[in-house]
Amino acid sequence: MTVSPSAVPDQQGRFGPYGGRYVPETLMFALEQLTEHYLAAREDPTFQKEFHQYLTHYVGRPSPLYFAERLTREAGGARIYLKREDLNHTGAHKINNCIGQALLTRRMGKPRIIAETGAGQHGVASATAAALFGLECKVYMGEEDVRRQRLNVFKMKALGSTVFPVTTGSRTLRDAINEAMRDWMATVAHTHYIIGSVVGPHPFPMMVRDFQSVIGRETREQCLAQLGRLPDVVLACVGGGSNSAGMFHPFIADHSVELVGVEAGGRGLSAGQHAATLNQGEPGVLHGTYSYVLQTPEGQTADVHSVSAGLDYPGVGPEHSYWKDCGRVRYTSVGDDEAMKGFHLCSRLEGILPALETAHAVVEAMRIASTRAHEDVVVICFSGRGDKDCYEVARLEGEEI
Amino acid sequence: MNPIDQLFQRLRTEGRKAFIPFLSAGDPDLPTTTMLAQEVVNAGADLLEIGFPYSDPIADGPVIQASYTRALQKGLTLDAIFDMVRQLADTPAITTRQVPLVGMVSYSLIHRRGPASFLDQAMRAGMSGIIVPDLPVDESEELTRQCAIRDFKCIHLVTPTTPRPRALRIVQRCTGFLYCVSVAGITGERQRIPEELHDQLAWLRSQTTLPLCVGFGISKPDQVRLLRESVDGVIVGSALVRFLEQWGKRPATEIVAEMTQLVRTLGRALHGEP
Repeated sequence: MTVSPSAVPDQQGRFGPYGGRYVPETLMFALEQLTEHYLAAREDPTFQKEFHQYLTHYVGRPSPLYFAERLTREAGGARIYLKREDLNHTGAHKINNCIGQALLTRRMGKPRIIAETGAGQHGVASATAAALFGLECKVYMGEEDVRRQRLNVFKMKALGSTVFPVTTGSRTLRDAINEAMRDWMATVAHTHYIIGSVVGPHPFPMMVRDFQSVIGRETREQCLAQLGRLPDVVLACVGGGSNSAGMFHPFIADHSVELVGVEAGGRGLSAGQHAATLNQGEPGVLHGTYSYVLQTPEGQTADVHSVSAGLDYPGVGPEHSYWKDCGRVRYTSVGDDEAMKGFHLCSRLEGILPALETAHAVVEAMRIASTRAHEDVVVICFSGRGDKDCYEVARLEGEEI
Repeated sequence: MNPIDQLFQRLRTEGRKAFIPFLSAGDPDLPTTTMLAQEVVNAGADLLEIGFPYSDPIADGPVIQASYTRALQKGLTLDAIFDMVRQLADTPAITTRQVPLVGMVSYSLIHRRGPASFLDQAMRAGMSGIIVPDLPVDESEELTRQCAIRDFKCIHLVTPTTPRPRALRIVQRCTGFLYCVSVAGITGERQRIPEELHDQLAWLRSQTTLPLCVGFGISKPDQVRLLRESVDGVIVGSALVRFLEQWGKRPATEIVAEMTQLVRTLGRALHGEP
């Protein structure tokens, strides 16, 4: 099946049947305004130039494409390369999107941003961009996550942002998004909501994908320059799906490149124990978009679990649902225990602590590489560094830090 | 004729306005919802909105979300809500005063069951219309069509941020009454009525014959008095649902007395009585 990357989304923000805008009427005007501003900025060379200058001089791009020799030897098959998003300023891919949206906020003349965060990575990236551009910033974070991620809470405050602990519903990322949307409805005249992933109502899935696509574009160029050809397999972990969307999108038209998304298998694929939305969910509506969702037979959002807070989300970006249905991307899952092993393996063999999210992709990449010839090239989107997870890994293994 | 049309026709003849309270189903439990609904109707409700609890209600404020969370924690199901509504619809309080019942439902629940079967079940339960606060007019074609086939009302919202050309599209799709949001923002109690609202109501009045009902943030008799000349009805949600937070912590009779007192006070303000 042919998929043209420029064909989706359509004007209504539809990726095939997925996407759209399932939001209160109060937000519709703001979303239309935002779409207009973003489409103009996308075509504006000055905006793009400024965005890329910040990516180069502030974020530290391009990030390296690194040959992981010892992981390759351990897997015993295809050559494994890491696209080092962990080397970005703030330690993950999240900053790419935050710089883009903060520039857009400034362009729209709004003085304030809000953001939601789960583990705190997007919160820290938003707080960083807010500091950089002199914007007021309030980050919504579930009370549970505030407790588990105290270091990131401290960082956000040090960067000058306010952290608002969300005590409604399940007190996690899902509820942080609900609260941020409520804030936005009341403050939309002077506030922009920086959604951290390719989720939410149009234009967010498209806009976040575009800002993150720098990952895939660089990877593609680096493969051609360093290896003289395109990779055979490209992998990325999928929670909401922003690092994967950014990595995959520039490869969509390259039909020789196999694309694999790795979801959180958690403690096993029974209800409430995982966050494998594309593998186990069904199409439904959550947080303003139509996409695969983990929900009860009545349409209530289901509980999810993953050792990795960044993958612990019951929805997924609508473009992933589209890629899944048309068969362009294959989605698989890796469980908590394997991800923990991947964390240690990668740390010991390469001297690189992966984020637990990233560790999921590492495990699947090793599995695939082991079945392939040495000439084949497997690229992992190495979405973030593992420093933030050290406390959690230590806790799970009964160690005190 | 749909009971909502009948209601507004009757009220127009009598020169009266509709008082529309909102209750969330299943908080603290379904039998109590049935009881409260009858109390509220006896205290002067003309139409009743029933909220269907949903896990991620982005269109509702914190008071209603908390109420939904309490209801869902007890394992509330859609079938149980529809059974409760059916029982309520058959009570003398509802039948003698011919009070239409309208569901406030997040689209996720409707999508999952399928619009056609959701509406069939709602009609069998005795409901007359539906409000889907997270389904903007752009995405509502199928639901509107399914409602039209059944003469089931599909009530849309217009907000202070809705541009006029867009408001016209909404008015064309909307049936029953137009839900006019009083302030930009989510449901919850507010302190004042913004000036722009009166301008918008006057303009809407010149564009449509649909009854105009104002909601979001109404909790005080003074607010109702300021609005009454411009509207066909007022909707009161959070101010009533807030009482349910205290359920189990204070005597039920006290809570019910205070809720019905608020309904009477606001009702008197709406009807221009002292």
